[in-house]
Amino acid sequence: MVNASQLVERLRDDKRALPRLMTLVENEDPFALQMLDALFPLTGRAHVVGITGSPGTGKSSLIASLVDRIRISGRPVAVLAIDPSSPVSGGAVLGDRIRMLARFADSGVYVRSMASRGRQGGLAWATAELVHLLDAAGFPLILVETVGTGQDGTDIAVLADSVVVVQSPGLGDGVQAIKAGILEIGDVVVVNKSDQPGADQMVRLLRNSFGLGQSSSNRAVPVLASNALSGEGVDSVLAAIDAHCDWLDQNGDRAVRRERGARAEVLSGLRTSLERRLAQRPESSPALTNAIARVTRREMTPRRAVEMLTAPLTGSNVS
Amino acid sequence: MNTESKATTDNDSVHQPPIGESQGERPPVRVLIAKPGLDGHDRGAKVLVRALRDAGFEVVYTGLFQTPEMIAAAALQEDVQVIGLSILSGAHMTLFPRIIEELRLCGLADVLVVAGGTIPKADIAAIKALGVGEVFGPGTQLTTIVEYITRNAPAPSPPW
Ligand SMILES: Nc1nc2c(ncn2[C@@H]2O[C@H](COP(=O)(O)OP(=O)(O)OP(=O)(O)O)[C@@H](O)[C@H]2O)c(=O)[nH]1
Ligand SMILES: [Mg+2]
Repeated sequence: MVNASQLVERLRDDKRALPRLMTLVENEDPFALQMLDALFPLTGRAHVVGITGSPGTGKSSLIASLVDRIRISGRPVAVLAIDPSSPVSGGAVLGDRIRMLARFADSGVYVRSMASRGRQGGLAWATAELVHLLDAAGFPLILVETVGTGQDGTDIAVLADSVVVVQSPGLGDGVQAIKAGILEIGDVVVVNKSDQPGADQMVRLLRNSFGLGQSSSNRAVPVLASNALSGEGVDSVLAAIDAHCDWLDQNGDRAVRRERGARAEVLSGLRTSLERRLAQRPESSPALTNAIARVTRREMTPRRAVEMLTAPLTGSNVS
Repeated sequence: MNTESKATTDNDSVHQPPIGESQGERPPVRVLIAKPGLDGHDRGAKVLVRALRDAGFEVVYTGLFQTPEMIAAAALQEDVQVIGLSILSGAHMTLFPRIIEELRLCGLADVLVVAGGTIPKADIAAIKALGVGEVFGPGTQLTTIVEYITRNAPAPSPPW
């Protein structure tokens, strides 16, 4: 096994090493996955912030503006920005970086784009693993921009320590935002494009609705207005993120979230791995072939066949 | 996967199996498309971006007015295997040497660089001599560019 601290040194000395390792982990290269094995014990130190919200609300622009402010204190920061892959070709246009070009010469900022590669829910298959790499490499703060998503992009809630939901006026009147469900995962809610008509109204509406119901953790969810282009209000967004970070530590919620994250990553990995294996070579599993045959002969319902197949995993006793 | 440069429609019902590698295919190749120089036209670059996406590439697009330093920084951080540069300003003979030099300084000499735009035939040999893989003049078919990149993109090798 490779020595983890030597590995981190290599990542620091060779500027190409971390980006390349990320590519190879994304491609499930066995060498890179071994490097991740070695690095994994070093992870868990970074604060991971998810930035999510409907397409075009200004997530990337807001990140660029946040990064400017984060750098004032000298904190290094990594950005992982996900865009959707074409379901037809498998290719992707990764266009988030274009909003974040200003700090290209700043060695304390690392921006990486990735494609969802067919995964639904706002993240890519390898997003969590790339976050682990950035974490091990020593970035204390990692911002993850999800695919622009209306409703079902809630996977970020289990990957991130803090979730910022970005809305903007002009995409409905705010009631849509409440109905969409994405607000429920927000630890901080931002109405971006505060220079646009309807922004004040949207802020008021969202504040009212958050005054009534509360997020899962019984913490008041701040609703803030920002203009990502001028930077107005962005200081408050950063302050709210930092406040949530402190709150997690003071209330012990960070440990709860980490456990939830570990659980979600293992379970979703398990699901994916099973699906892939079965899709590739169903005949390679005699148990599966047998189960399908029994269902075909009407000896067993599909539900019981699934129970039989998963019994070794769940520890239940099915014959 | 990258050889499928067929015309595609936006048919969302087609299900893409998770990650190509398990199917014995090459994982998507990462490409940076950038426009160095001061001309403000990126229609051609955007058309190429779409064509590459439709051919299965993952394309980082950084848009207009990119300096050599910005191009090298993006290529490094995004770990692209290919850089496509489109120049319409006529400044190619000053820009290309600076870009290639910057890439070398960043340790990116193995990245495949291709060029397109309004580059006169007489300059092509000099540009290729700098280490640019291919120069695509005006009127080049998109499929020619896509095929060239598909065939010549280096596979990402382990960093040590
Ligand atoms: N007027 C105004 N425009 C903004 C603001 N923030 C972003 N924009 C513009 O909104 C558009 C989309 O911004 P992005 O930052 O790319 O939005 P995004 O949410 O990252 O988009 P996707 O990643 O495609 O979902 C761009 O044209 C931005 O210039 C803002 O505060 N005010
Ligand atoms: Mg974006």
